[in-house]
Amino acid sequence: MKLTTTLLATSALTLAGSAAFSEAHMADTMTIVSWGGAYSASQQGAYHDPYVANTGITVVNDESSGEAVAKLRAMNEAGNITWDLVDVEAADGIRLCDEGLAIEIDHDTMLAAAPDGTSASDDFGSSIVSDCFIPQIVFSTTVGYRTDMVGDTPPTDICAIFDLETYPGKRALAKKPLANVEWALLCDGVAKDDIYDVLATPEGQDQAFAKLDTIKAETIWWSAGAETPQLLADGEVVMGSTFNGRLFSAIAEQNQPIGMLWDAQMLDFDGWIVPAGLPEERLARVMDYLMFATDTQRLADQAKYISYGPARASSAPLVGNHGELGIPMAEHMPTDPANSTNVFVTNYEFWADYRDDLDAKFQSWLAQ
Amino acid sequence: MTDATGPMVAADGRPLKASLNRALRRQKMRALLLISPLLFFIMITFIIPIGQMLFRSVENQIVGDVLPTTVVALDAWSVKSGEAPGEEVFFALTQDLVLAAERKEHTRLGSRLNYEDPGISSLFRKSGRNVEVMGEGYAKQFDALDERWAETNTFSEILADPEWLADAAQVETAADMDRFEVNEDAATYLPRTVAAYTSFANYMIADKGKDPAKSKPWNTLHLALFEDLRAAPEITIASAYGDMLRTAAAAVPTFETETLSASFAKIDKDWLDPDVWSTIKRYSPSYTNGYFLNAIDMEKTVDGPAWRPEDQQIYLTLFWRTLLMSMTITISCILLGYPVAWLLANLPARTANLLMILVLLPFWTSLLVRTSAWKILLQQQGVINDIVVWLGLVADDNRLALINNATGTIIAMTHILLPFMILPLYSVMKTIPPTYLRAAKSLGATNWTAFWRVYFPQSVPGIGAGSILVFILSIGYYITPEIVGGTKGVFISNRIAYHISSSLNWGLAAALGTILLAVVMLLYWAYDRIVGIDNVKLGG
Repeated sequence: MKLTTTLLATSALTLAGSAAFSEAHMADTMTIVSWGGAYSASQQGAYHDPYVANTGITVVNDESSGEAVAKLRAMNEAGNITWDLVDVEAADGIRLCDEGLAIEIDHDTMLAAAPDGTSASDDFGSSIVSDCFIPQIVFSTTVGYRTDMVGDTPPTDICAIFDLETYPGKRALAKKPLANVEWALLCDGVAKDDIYDVLATPEGQDQAFAKLDTIKAETIWWSAGAETPQLLADGEVVMGSTFNGRLFSAIAEQNQPIGMLWDAQMLDFDGWIVPAGLPEERLARVMDYLMFATDTQRLADQAKYISYGPARASSAPLVGNHGELGIPMAEHMPTDPANSTNVFVTNYEFWADYRDDLDAKFQSWLAQ
Repeated sequence: MTDATGPMVAADGRPLKASLNRALRRQKMRALLLISPLLFFIMITFIIPIGQMLFRSVENQIVGDVLPTTVVALDAWSVKSGEAPGEEVFFALTQDLVLAAERKEHTRLGSRLNYEDPGISSLFRKSGRNVEVMGEGYAKQFDALDERWAETNTFSEILADPEWLADAAQVETAADMDRFEVNEDAATYLPRTVAAYTSFANYMIADKGKDPAKSKPWNTLHLALFEDLRAAPEITIASAYGDMLRTAAAAVPTFETETLSASFAKIDKDWLDPDVWSTIKRYSPSYTNGYFLNAIDMEKTVDGPAWRPEDQQIYLTLFWRTLLMSMTITISCILLGYPVAWLLANLPARTANLLMILVLLPFWTSLLVRTSAWKILLQQQGVINDIVVWLGLVADDNRLALINNATGTIIAMTHILLPFMILPLYSVMKTIPPTYLRAAKSLGATNWTAFWRVYFPQSVPGIGAGSILVFILSIGYYITPEIVGGTKGVFISNRIAYHISSSLNWGLAAALGTILLAVVMLLYWAYDRIVGIDNVKLGG
């Protein structure tokens, strides 16, 4: 209901805006869709507020990123796109691009170059996982544990999640195959470089599920990233996987007795996509915003508010201190050299192919 | 109404029956007119959208739309041959894929077919990126023969109907051009080139708003021309390009050829896998039962429907579990709600109103808040476990598992749906006069007989209404099971939600939804037969 009202209001404003400012050729309102909570707040502080201060436009925030793919498809079929810019995970960015729901971006001409002149596509590097995707942050899925429940030998190795002898107790893992099956194979002795080749075979998938079987009875499966920090704080689980920013906030901001692993963390990207089919004025506004909000300084600014790493290489040296706690943020970034000695970069192509199949097997395995 | 004296007549001399019918008809029409705005509203906002959504469970036009000629060419091929189809299929695929890649439809098709056979998504994505080079070798060899082959207007001059060309020259913008029309000679001698050019020209006009005669021809045109000239070298086309064509036809046998299947295999060796082709062929008709088969743990194979491997079966389990747990929830709601409703109906108004607020208060609280509250109560380090451990009923290292399983879902959903049972029960019980019970007792009935023989039968319509409400609501619930259900307590609706919002497999979601709807209707029908729907009351 609230959403509908916001959407209606937005479209009304956009209409009124475009009529009044037609000379400017840019809409004076834009609806930006993101995840809500601390993450949206970091974008508000680093991107929206300075942009609004420069231009005087209105930014309407919508917190629908969780259902962005389905909603964009519905909007597209209805021929009424009410969103201007959408924050999605890389995998969803690929999906939206495949479905023709997002426009392709020429990163070098549409985005700002780095201060030293490096082109945007080189600066973003491998984080450009799809022609439609404009990366913002690097985040990782990693494991946190209760410091008071692991005895004198806190885990240092991702395989601790499968080690019920040393670390008895419940674990929290995501209710989806991503990350779980990779870790299962890694801890079952498969070499890191071979994991996706092995996972593409039925035998490899069976091997991963067999490894997960060993901890199935001791696992609580989460569907929202906020569940693990809560389960850890309540002492329901001894360790669990979640996004590194969630763990940072539980450890540094809420002082919970939680520690985190930086081992075999699954690196992933989050970024913008521009919906296909926007009218010219709104598109012009979005592109103007993107040129500003994805430049080197802005991406570095976001790290003041949240412990996710900027997707541009040139932003890393500019990362400063936490906005409220005043602690240096660089060492909490998943991209920090000390944290990324052993990382796992999600293979998007593999997951685009095998996501549906593996998910069906995973859900069936869970139900057994 | 007829007897020996003839039909009965009304005052105006018409037969009474006809007159009565007429009056009734007019009344019915008036009633229909009165509800027509509502009917219209419901049609537009409810029935048509639901119908459209359900229709997706069989809709499958995308394969035939994106690969029209490939689908036709595949007709002659069978997976039983054990090998990939021949060159003519790859030729058709090249033509279809080039257009699809320009329109960015190939990735959508890839996603669609990937639901059936993992790997097709990246196969189409990769191939769409590389398909434009197919036929490049021929384009270069034609160029070397005569420079005019590289010019943008050569193909349209050879192939187009002169009238169409004249019309096309008149229009102001290219977007206003008519659909491409071909001349007779070209249609006779160069059928493949004509087909390829028609899709090229129409794409340029309709999608790009460009004049095809001023656009760089795709390599696939040269590929089609090569195939035409090789198949029928005797070309008698009278236009200025006749000689040029004949020269080309004579040179074609000396051309360096390109094997399309090999070129596709170079992009991805999966193109030589008969299973990939078999999937395309099986899903080429415009309508499919594939989604429905998937929804009941079966799959479409070459030999007809077959069960999925056991490690992929899930939906039948979930349907069964959803029905079973919904019934359990309904029964626990009856058991818990009946005494409360009785109390509400029989207490003095002041106390009853206070109790009513207690019933309604959770009803007004957010669903998520109530579900999360249950989480705090039920978890292993939660309030209830703490109390039973403190009381010494269970050992500290053996705490009860009350959440993240079916128990959690049943407890939380019973609580959430309880008002839907209490309210109809209450409003029915309110209308049962207390004098009946007293009369029964004064005639010698025991308390139990009086309740069971006199009071209970009169409250059955309330139980019926409450049960239908609770059962139907719980069958479609997914937020609560998702949060407290763990793995053994999730419903079929959780999978429907997943396919709508995450996997985007709306066809499968629609098939699951259709089955769920059919099951509910069937149960409703059974209820009507056994209990009778007239015997349901939501109030006095």
